[in-house]
Amino acid sequence: MSTHAIVLRTAGTNCEHETKLALERGGATAELLHLHKLCAEPARLDAARILVLPGGFSYGDDIAAGRVLGHELRTFLGRELAAFVARGGFVLGVCNGFQALVDTGLLEGPDSDGRPKGGEKRSIALSANESGHYECRWVTLRNEPSKCAWLEPGMLWPVPVAHGEGRLVFKDAATLERLRKNGQVALRYVTASGGEARYPELPNGSTDAIAGLCDATGRVLGLMPHPERNLSPWNHPRWTRMGPREAGEGLEFYRRLVEAAGSAAR
Amino acid sequence: MSVPAPASSAAHPLPMAWRLEVFRREGLDDPDGKRALAAVRELGVASLHSLRHGRGYLISPDVDEASVARIASELVCDPVLETCRITRPGAAPVVTPAARRVLVARKPGVMDPAALTVERAIERAQLARCSDGTRARVLTFSAWECFGEPTRAELELVATKILANDVIDEVRLGDEGVHFVLPGNVAVRDAGSIPLCKASDAELERISKDGHLSLTLVEMRAIRDHYVAAGREPTVAELETLAQTWSEHCKHKTFAGVIDYDGERIENLLKTTIKAATLELAKPWCVSVFHDNAGVIEFEPGWHVCFKVETHNHPSAIDPYGGSGTGVGGVIRDILGVGLGAKPIANTDAFFVGPLDLPEKDLPKGCMHPRRILRGVVAGVRDYGNRMGIPTVNGGVWVDPRYVGNPLVYAGTVGLMPAHCASKEVKPGDIIVVAGGRTGRDGIHGATFSSAELHEDSVVVSSSAVQIGNAITEKRVLDALLAARDLGLYRAVTDCGAGGLSSAVGEMGADCGARVELEKVPLKYPGLSPAEIWISEAQERMVFAVQPENLAALLATFEAEDCEATAIGTFTDTGKLELSYAGVSVGSLDMHFLHEGTPKWLRKATRPVVRNDDPACPPCADANATLLALLKSPNIASKEWIVRMYDHEVQAMGVTKPLCGERDDGPGDGAVLQPLPHSRKGIALGCGANPGYGLLDPWAMASAAIDEALRNAVAVGGDPERTAILDNFSWANCARPAELGKLVEASRACYATAKAFGTPFISGKDSLNNEFRVGDEVITIPPTLFVSALAIVPDVARAVTMDLKTAGNPVYVVGMTHAEFGGSHYFALGKVEGGRVPRPDLVLAPRTLKALHRAIAAGTVRACHDLSEGGLAVAAAEAAFAGERGLELDLKALPCGTIGAHHDTDATRLFSESCTRFLVEVDAQRAGEFESALAGLDCARVGRVTAERRLVVRGTRGNVVIDASLDALRAAHQGGFQG
Repeated sequence: MSTHAIVLRTAGTNCEHETKLALERGGATAELLHLHKLCAEPARLDAARILVLPGGFSYGDDIAAGRVLGHELRTFLGRELAAFVARGGFVLGVCNGFQALVDTGLLEGPDSDGRPKGGEKRSIALSANESGHYECRWVTLRNEPSKCAWLEPGMLWPVPVAHGEGRLVFKDAATLERLRKNGQVALRYVTASGGEARYPELPNGSTDAIAGLCDATGRVLGLMPHPERNLSPWNHPRWTRMGPREAGEGLEFYRRLVEAAGSAAR
Repeated sequence: MSVPAPASSAAHPLPMAWRLEVFRREGLDDPDGKRALAAVRELGVASLHSLRHGRGYLISPDVDEASVARIASELVCDPVLETCRITRPGAAPVVTPAARRVLVARKPGVMDPAALTVERAIERAQLARCSDGTRARVLTFSAWECFGEPTRAELELVATKILANDVIDEVRLGDEGVHFVLPGNVAVRDAGSIPLCKASDAELERISKDGHLSLTLVEMRAIRDHYVAAGREPTVAELETLAQTWSEHCKHKTFAGVIDYDGERIENLLKTTIKAATLELAKPWCVSVFHDNAGVIEFEPGWHVCFKVETHNHPSAIDPYGGSGTGVGGVIRDILGVGLGAKPIANTDAFFVGPLDLPEKDLPKGCMHPRRILRGVVAGVRDYGNRMGIPTVNGGVWVDPRYVGNPLVYAGTVGLMPAHCASKEVKPGDIIVVAGGRTGRDGIHGATFSSAELHEDSVVVSSSAVQIGNAITEKRVLDALLAARDLGLYRAVTDCGAGGLSSAVGEMGADCGARVELEKVPLKYPGLSPAEIWISEAQERMVFAVQPENLAALLATFEAEDCEATAIGTFTDTGKLELSYAGVSVGSLDMHFLHEGTPKWLRKATRPVVRNDDPACPPCADANATLLALLKSPNIASKEWIVRMYDHEVQAMGVTKPLCGERDDGPGDGAVLQPLPHSRKGIALGCGANPGYGLLDPWAMASAAIDEALRNAVAVGGDPERTAILDNFSWANCARPAELGKLVEASRACYATAKAFGTPFISGKDSLNNEFRVGDEVITIPPTLFVSALAIVPDVARAVTMDLKTAGNPVYVVGMTHAEFGGSHYFALGKVEGGRVPRPDLVLAPRTLKALHRAIAAGTVRACHDLSEGGLAVAAAEAAFAGERGLELDLKALPCGTIGAHHDTDATRLFSESCTRFLVEVDAQRAGEFESALAGLDCARVGRVTAERRLVVRGTRGNVVIDASLDALRAAHQGGFQG
């Protein structure tokens, strides 16, 4: 049986089509599902192994990026999402999806009554870029050794970012230390050769150059860059300078996600 | 630490609303504050040393305290980054000691998208309700806390020049009385009918002027005569409908009228030039041209692409941010409203502004500084385009002093549609449905305003014609519309643009008739008169013709996307446009008179004097220094700061990017997209314009603009034989015969050039009253034709970028260099006036483009860059630093026409701006193949790519005339205005 993925969308979501394509090319079956429908029928999660919160400007990013979507996910689907992860489901948040994911608290794990530690209880935030503005450019990521086992550690790969609020900020040093120790730092911005990134290779000033975080199970992953924008051989801004290419590096990311979610099911 | 503001600080009453102010935590940086401080420094105010920005929210007073606390902690305040101050209704807020406060709130009635989002979020999550059970209302504002010792005058300057725009904002300085007013509760009833039948000419003119109708005396007389014959007076709604429908903006009366051109009678300039070219070319792949909201051409079997470019000049002059944002929103709706609707896949934009380094003292009264205008329009495109999820991939910025009072803003959108969606029809009995945003007093008289000249008081009198867009409402419309289209739930659609419902319903029902019940139109606030509802230009609305049996399904589809849709009437077979409000008729117009009754304009035009002189091209004492100066000049310098703020990657179709090369900093010629993942076919987008050419020779200007747009598209792999073009004219007041004469010449150039290249026009737009009056002086813009090109790319894998690739490869120049310096950057730099304006050779140029395309499609070309502003030297420098490769060129080898002896030959070869030229790096193994493809055309090997990181150019006498490091060239290119 193929691995099924739900791409959740709402007003302002705008990367859902390329995300669905990425999942399908990665080997999954995928459907676009409106948040209202999932709120009305949360049991639709039962059929899926993967839930993706794609990029966009949910509700205009009014108040703050991903805030209203995060609030709605917490309010209407908090328990269901926690249960989905607990029974082995994979959650991916990309860009605006990552911003909403941080707000839900899923990355920080459930509190005592089973709800994710979101909203006012969270200690992770995505802040306005240090540059003070939205920025679209290609960067290099390095997969870090982390609980997110399906990301091959040490691999460097190119991917575009496009956001105004992508700087990870932690409530205190202890929070960052805990995430590091727990193996939750999944992706970092590096230079093309793997060195320490500074602006613009580090496009947003993110603390510790972190681009993506996972939860303690390794099944929930959020990242600011957009792997689904690097699927074809011709997406890379410098492909005309390279030899023949079969696919963009982002395809491998989705292939491995689908594979991991599929094998976890068996 | 915070303290309550002194109660006496409120000159206005403190708002009777809960007030939340959210600031960054102490110790965290404040990016908004930093950006504002940079602008304060630029303004020369040294007494402020820092600013902090707070997001303010006002919430209905009868919400209970616990709910307000929840809204603060769960919704609006980030627990890691921010703190929230809560103030009770009517109380003085808590403020930071020593802070000078500036509060900025949108004027009542101006769109406040964030407030709508917060209201909706509160409602959906049931965070709060008013004590009477109604929905909690929200308004937002900005609270700036300024630190330092500014005088009140300085603070006022900062507030009005940086923190707020008077046209849309209310500002409070040291006054906590921010308003909590919901607009519109002033009920205005229409005065019934307007006494026209017995009006004298003077009275007719007064009625037109007082009513902001922008109708001429001849048109007013035609309307009067129509009503005399009908034996009654027109209603307000009828007269407004006529004014909107007959406006220059909607009707293109100059282009479609009669022109007396020095005694030669031209019937319909548009039809006899631009449309004639398309008609005569008769390309079988043109699907729909000129009559719909955008031009449509075939792409792949089963798929069409469409393209539209709009001007949005006057609103952008008054409120750059809102003006350009609603410009983008408007052109996106054109694409949603073409045929049965297309999916927008790319945006383009172009700005023409005054000098960015203009001293404040030289700014004419009533003008905004060009820097502020440019930043504002860029931010508007960024915020609207990015939120819509449409990549902004191509465009340009041009600077000229004559745009200072009247900047030009162009916004374009490309769409993709299934082939069966290209046409539409309306049938009597179809239900009229309006969907999307609600209707308010926004933008009333936008169509007639855009047809009038700007003047120093425009800011004061025209503010109701300026709007802020709400991109997320439009995104909901987009999602719902495409879903309903794919379910086949409607028969026709169009957008609500200029003229609002009056134009949209009037056009859709032109061939049958329509009946509208205006009280059914959903309003933002009560109190609008029927005529206001009818002509409001509130954004983000579309109108549908829905088969009655599909109505329920259509409404459900929109509801599923959280998008309001409402039946407001029916299309009929009466040939009449019938309007009622709560059962009472407020107008009944004959469709034929509405659409065909416009008296033809008769205007005089005089042939422009083209000086056609040929002043000497002066020798270049230091070509290195000249090249660096050109690279830094505003039209050539890097626009990276703009490109980076646009999401040019969303939808993941990008093949060649706006910035190219080893460090992603070379200016790409055109954008290539791969619209369908299963097909390797692509589209290439290019654009061309040159303000410097227009005043000297409007014919050459137009022809060269087309050539440039085509060069851009062909350079990246577009097929010139499958290319469609768009015309966007921005002109000064064409009531003056001299201006209209230039328009005639430019239009004729469009005809000749499009015919020669075999590239049909598929859509266009004109804005013909671009000037700015201050006192007795009128600043007119140079004649500006902006041309956009859309070319089919046979195989995206063969697309080419402009960055040099491999040391050792030969480099060619394709195309002939002449001494053409009129309007050139080299002459501008040397302050030489006049000169021959470049124009393409209409015999050779089309053959050159075809041959070059064949060579590119065959895969022989490694890099290709078109020669435009600054000529060969600039193109060579850009290709070299973008590729991080050296380049050696020999000017002796350059294909040149006869260069008069009075011109310096090396300077001509380096800096002439002759058309149809390219710098091409060819794969060393395939040089023979490339040369065969270009055989018989002007093409010569002029150098090679090297591994040295230098550009070295030898002059005709064998001496080195340019020797510059890539670092120096790159630094110069990035040395211009960077936002």
